[in-house]
Amino acid sequence: MNVWIEKQKYLIDFTLASLARRKAKNLGLLLVYALIVFLLASVMLFTHALRQAANELLAGAPEVVLQRMVAGRHDLIPPGYLERIGRLRGVQEKQGRLWGYYYDPVVKANYTFMVADDRALAPGTLVVGAGLARTRGVAPGNLISFRAYSGKLFTFSIADILPAKSELVSADLVLLSEADFRAFFDIPPGHFTDITLRVANPLEVRNVAGKLAQQFPDSRPILREEILRTYDSIFSWREGVVLALATLALLAFAILAWEKASGLSADERREIGILKAIGWETGDVLRMKFWEGALLSLSAFLLGYLAAYVHVFHFAASLLAPVLKGWAVLYPRFELSPVIDGLQVTTLFFFTVFPYAAATLVPIWRVAITDPDAVMRG
Amino acid sequence: MIELRQIHKAFNAGRENEFRALNGIDLQLPAQRVTAFRGPSGSGKTTLLSIIGCLARPTSGRVRLHGRDISGLPERFLTDIRRRTFGFVFQQFNLISGLSATENVMLPAYPLGGERRALQARAEDLLAGLRLAHRRTTQVELLSGGEQQRVAIARALINEPPVIIADEPTANLDTALAMEFMAIIEQLADARRTVLLSSHDPLLVDSSLVDRVIDMRDGRIVAAAAAAGAGG
Repeated sequence: MNVWIEKQKYLIDFTLASLARRKAKNLGLLLVYALIVFLLASVMLFTHALRQAANELLAGAPEVVLQRMVAGRHDLIPPGYLERIGRLRGVQEKQGRLWGYYYDPVVKANYTFMVADDRALAPGTLVVGAGLARTRGVAPGNLISFRAYSGKLFTFSIADILPAKSELVSADLVLLSEADFRAFFDIPPGHFTDITLRVANPLEVRNVAGKLAQQFPDSRPILREEILRTYDSIFSWREGVVLALATLALLAFAILAWEKASGLSADERREIGILKAIGWETGDVLRMKFWEGALLSLSAFLLGYLAAYVHVFHFAASLLAPVLKGWAVLYPRFELSPVIDGLQVTTLFFFTVFPYAAATLVPIWRVAITDPDAVMRG
Repeated sequence: MIELRQIHKAFNAGRENEFRALNGIDLQLPAQRVTAFRGPSGSGKTTLLSIIGCLARPTSGRVRLHGRDISGLPERFLTDIRRRTFGFVFQQFNLISGLSATENVMLPAYPLGGERRALQARAEDLLAGLRLAHRRTTQVELLSGGEQQRVAIARALINEPPVIIADEPTANLDTALAMEFMAIIEQLADARRTVLLSSHDPLLVDSSLVDRVIDMRDGRIVAAAAAAGAGG
């Protein structure tokens, strides 16, 4: 065992010396390699953290949302539905919601107007999302005007700005009183945009949804888990697109590494020939090259991953956010909680380190199994 | 004792540019003697030494070492024999640049995994014996030709092989350095090592330290005789 350890130490020593001898080339390779790991890791860390943030924010959302459909389109819920839903077994709490979209031609952005169900707002006042406040340049106490679809101009006073922590889902949000909402969108009393339900027993959620679908055939129940799944799919889709591009970069790098290794320089081939001639076995040469590849790829992996971590969690993924967040005009600014997933790290490690090792070791093996005399002669 | 039977070596065999470097060599090389292979460039001296030293395989024929046929052994066993039996001094020295003289000397012993301090001490002793103690930490590319050759000799001796093979050892040396090399060979001969040299340098081949001279031409042995100065 001691002999084996001592031998590995000699091989690592030689490897370090070998890396130092070709400093410029290895440093260049390290940087390109680290850049690719950085790109892949940034995408993975960012989308994973986004999913986590969405999960946390939606954890307090109602279990079921009921929407009414007319001619395949979302329509207002007429009076009477809310009372009938209240009589269903398993429904713990029900509430009619009022919300709608508004296009603001000043900044060419869409806002979500909503009646706040957890805070009482005085008529004529608004609470707005941080993204909107930033884009329109407003602060609490300022006035803001919107022209309703009827053509009438409404002026509101900003009462508060929503906290940045929830910006992922509240960047474009405008909270207002029920009276203002109905007046702005011209919605008669007793009508709602949709209805939210709380179900006491989580195992009963699907049963309640089934009963709703049966009793209200013109409506569709949307489960919280479906919303979460939709978020997940959106982020997965965006992640997939970027990862596909990054994988192409990785492939190009693997080809480069293969080219570099298969076209070993005359010096490198000669060196392998000398080592074989003075008594190194093919296995020793491969082990030495393995250590060389391992040191290079591990350093690149750590460097790239660390840079990606800092990029995502300290600089809010500023290089990738526009692609991955997907907001058209109001990009939400929010701080993601650092999340590292073991499986994700392992996957990334496997897909970055393994191709490099394979791409470099195979051509070296081909040189190493050739007679030393033939290798040294070139 | 090394024995060669009907050794043929062809490069690019079966192709248009096939080159037959050795054509049926039969030879016996006794142990503890200094043997020199003499002949013009392209006569097959280097190829023959490569086959003897297990650096290359013959296209056909048999190589026996102490009566054991080693021609068909797998690469791993051949490497082991090469490491334990032969020490090489190449014409171009073939040192690894960027490493110090001591590190170069230690290289053949790395795969054996011996204790580092003992290995380093042995390498430094060898360098000191070849008057290179003061250059032991110098990178080899900064050494003179003669110094590089002495590092190569120390490297050949680190695993204490019974056979030293030197290919055109004086080709890149001036007369004074060639004389110095011959003095080292004399020490090795006195230490009862087998030395195989290839050279067409009369200073070396015709010297008294060579026991036997084998003349080669076109891949064949044309004459083999005890050297003029050979005592036995």
